[in-house]
Amino acid sequence: MEQIRKTTGKVTGIISNLVTVLVDGPVAQNEICFIHLGGVRMMAEVIKVSGKYASVQVFESTRGLKNGDFVEFEGHMLEVTLGPGLLSSNFDGLQNNLATMNGVFLTRGEYTLPIDPEKEWDFTPIANAGDSVVAADWLGEVKEGWLPHKIMVPFSFKGTYKVESIVPAGTYKANSTIAVLVDSEGEKHNVSMLQKWPVKVAVTAYREKPRPYRVMETGVRCIDTLNPIAEGGTGFIPGPFGCGKTVLQHAIAKQGEADIIVMAACGERANEVVEIFTEFPELVDPRTGRSLMERTTIICNTSNMPVAAREASVYTAMTICEYYRAMGLRSLLLADSTSRWAQALREMSNRMEELPGADAFPVDLSSTISNFYSRAGVVTLNNGKTGAVTFIGTVSPAGGNLKEPVTESTKKAARCFYALNQARADRKRYPAVDPVDSYSKYLEYPEIIAFMKEKISPDWVDKVMEAKNIIIRGKEAYEQINILGDDGVPMSYHERYWKSELIDFVILQQDAFDAIDASTPLERQEYMLTKVLDVCSKEREFETFEDCSKYYKELINLFRQMNYSEFRSEDFNKYLGQINEKTAYVK
Amino acid sequence: MSSKAFQRIYTRLEAITKATVTVKATGVSNDELATVDGRLAQVVKMKGDMVTLQVFKGTENIPTDAEVVFFGEPPALNVSDNLAGRFFNAYGEPIDGGPEVEGERRYIGGPSVNPYRRRQPSQLIPTGIAGIDLNNTLVSGQKIPFFADPDQPYNQVMAMVALRADVDKIILGGMGLSNDDYLYFRHEFENAGALNKIISFVNTTEQPPVERLLIPDMALTAAEYFAVDKNEKVLVLLTDMTLYADALSIVSNRMDQIPSKDSMPGSLYSDLAKIYEKAVQLPDGGSITIIAVTTLNDGDITHAIPDNTGYITEGQLFLRHDSDTGKTIIDPFRSLSRLKQLVQGKQTREDHSQVMNCAVRLYSDAANAKTKLENGFDLSDYDNRCLAYAREYSTRLLSIDVNIPIDEMLDTAWELFGKYFTKAETGLKQKIIDKYWKESIN
Repeated sequence: MEQIRKTTGKVTGIISNLVTVLVDGPVAQNEICFIHLGGVRMMAEVIKVSGKYASVQVFESTRGLKNGDFVEFEGHMLEVTLGPGLLSSNFDGLQNNLATMNGVFLTRGEYTLPIDPEKEWDFTPIANAGDSVVAADWLGEVKEGWLPHKIMVPFSFKGTYKVESIVPAGTYKANSTIAVLVDSEGEKHNVSMLQKWPVKVAVTAYREKPRPYRVMETGVRCIDTLNPIAEGGTGFIPGPFGCGKTVLQHAIAKQGEADIIVMAACGERANEVVEIFTEFPELVDPRTGRSLMERTTIICNTSNMPVAAREASVYTAMTICEYYRAMGLRSLLLADSTSRWAQALREMSNRMEELPGADAFPVDLSSTISNFYSRAGVVTLNNGKTGAVTFIGTVSPAGGNLKEPVTESTKKAARCFYALNQARADRKRYPAVDPVDSYSKYLEYPEIIAFMKEKISPDWVDKVMEAKNIIIRGKEAYEQINILGDDGVPMSYHERYWKSELIDFVILQQDAFDAIDASTPLERQEYMLTKVLDVCSKEREFETFEDCSKYYKELINLFRQMNYSEFRSEDFNKYLGQINEKTAYVK
Repeated sequence: MSSKAFQRIYTRLEAITKATVTVKATGVSNDELATVDGRLAQVVKMKGDMVTLQVFKGTENIPTDAEVVFFGEPPALNVSDNLAGRFFNAYGEPIDGGPEVEGERRYIGGPSVNPYRRRQPSQLIPTGIAGIDLNNTLVSGQKIPFFADPDQPYNQVMAMVALRADVDKIILGGMGLSNDDYLYFRHEFENAGALNKIISFVNTTEQPPVERLLIPDMALTAAEYFAVDKNEKVLVLLTDMTLYADALSIVSNRMDQIPSKDSMPGSLYSDLAKIYEKAVQLPDGGSITIIAVTTLNDGDITHAIPDNTGYITEGQLFLRHDSDTGKTIIDPFRSLSRLKQLVQGKQTREDHSQVMNCAVRLYSDAANAKTKLENGFDLSDYDNRCLAYAREYSTRLLSIDVNIPIDEMLDTAWELFGKYFTKAETGLKQKIIDKYWKESIN
């Protein structure tokens, strides 16, 4: 990669943000370059090379650019800076710190440092002089707020190194040398708290990647109870607009059982990001008692920001997650929305006049998506500790039709599928996750089943399956009732339907805006599901179907009041008593 | 930007399509304006020294030896307080017989606001229409379109909302507006005595479609002047964004781009987002709120234009004709204001969001009952009560001709709950039932 002289070039063609450059030397695919426009340097990435011409996608508006403008190539791919200070930050898709930018408007060519290199940190060494180390091994630790942030051997170091010297515990600047490593050739390398890594390359400096074996609690009942996601697992949420994708994702971000959260707002609404900026510092993480913002990093490339940077934003976010995973932490990446990322790929492919695949998306869309999802996972680090990256992406299918390339490609890659249903959303049944279409492959993992037996209850999986079965039978009964009429079906059909409604209203539906109902810990989920199934297990006799619906509506109302009450509080027990009373007598 | 020391003139066109011309030229910058045979055009593509320009008025009768004059700068608008009360065409030229506006020259389609510098929208915009205020409350800094079939009175509703809203400036961006509708807006604004706070940029159906592409950027550049420089609350009306998108597809088609869904350009999402995301609550108090119109083809929201719009905007207001009551209503199922929870129960009464959800849920039960009725089944007592409730809910709350304060909307809803349902059937929180429940008078 070492270049004696930088390759340069001249602009020879422009279509929107695709610029063709005539180059005077070697260029690499995905290499970064800067286009000079007056005094402004605009970052761009090589996406195609043909003869002496490189096609580059510019991460900025190309307004005013001329043929002949000067281009300078950097000799490396798009990189992010990794080090203490990433948490609580707000970056754009290229990891520029949005908070340190000047002015109300984004200025073209203004790039800010992601991490303050001069900031001082209290460093404690872990490794000793004479130790033999490889990439990602822990050299020392600083406290990043509450989080023990490991300073590691840079991921880019190949082979084995010997620690020649390491600084003693003390306060050091992020960019000062904290260790000197010697490679097998005897060459010395200075290591600081900062390192760089190309975002499009997965960090693989770990020993192995086992199958996920733990459930990640989200506090969202329709996920945790019915279709749990594993720690280090992958899931996606497709849904038409207005079905509550963003509300659901924010709920997971607030409540997800993870050490750090990276939220990638990829081509979405700026006001939604502002909501996070405004609310997260105020919200308290129940697990640590600290502000939610202290565990959150936001990568923000809203829909009006340059398209090419949108594509980069998801990779930037993933790399940061992988970095924290290498410290033995559990990170959760939420990307909203991966469809916008796919559309960015489409726009570029279109401008390059490539032969299009389905719906004009590039033909390699499916493999690009799979490749990205595969970067999630649990890993065993070189020191035997584990870390995880859990990834949940949203998909915005055109016209709400799930038979479109992005949804189909993602379905192949992700293990959990949370389908948002327009009809449910129309009826204000939130979260509008379809209980029948959605699935979690993790429910079939022996490791996960064993975990749930141990952590929740021995018969938990059976209960979940029973609940699913009641929902499906209820749906079938409802269809029959609709075809044959209320009087045209046996009374048991009505009861079957109302039992599924009971589960729907009490377990599936959840008020994200209610202080108590918004988040349900697993213990409470187990309690409520057991209680509801207990009610469902009994057959009751009713004179008329109206009696049946009245009975269950009253029950639903009581259960909902329970959901709104503090767990095991006086109110909670009061409603429980009323439910017990109501269900005790079976004719 | 480059100075205008001399103007570069070329007189040989290499290619002509219906919307674009190509000329061999050097020293041209991307996005800059030019005239082709006296018609305004903009650089959209450069390949070597071949420069493609999009001609706004169309290329009819342009000869290959037409004169091409490059201006060296992108489209711009002169901004000053004198914009207020004026009517302009797509190029920012007065069409009201008044003088040119003097002021600072600003390039349109400028950069976006740093998301970190935005503030969370928090100011309620009351409209008096319960379908909006009760169910889909608007907030300043929001962007929201009306989804309506062409036969719906969307321009009337929009004018009504604009004139009732408490804002400093109203900026109308009319795209493919019929001359009748243009005169309607002008008339309404004049009648309301609000002309001094209104600025209009209008492209009517009599003018070439490609010109429309300039309208949103012109309107929003003016909006940014008042919101950013003057800290004013600005409301931007854009009608009809479907016709704007049609113009986009015309240009991309002429440039031989591969169309994606519904023959729209692949960049439709980004193109629309650039416009809608100009809606903002600024740190110094100014705001830009965008209310747009997206006309639908027979209520089809899966078409690429409404579909992409829905993913960008903060909700949508769906106009529908309710055949049961004969009223035009704001459909409570399909409509949504994503920012409503920022003001509901905060700037409105505490029971607002619960009452709203409950009312809609009961309305959806009525829809189920209606389906049963249509399929020839007997209705239960509950079904019948739902249907009666739905008729009253539609007339007294959903209809666009309602004009009452929000507290009165809530009281009306409680009155209907008490009249048709039991407390348990509403499923409302006990706490608010205790406080607001209204027993039926009869």
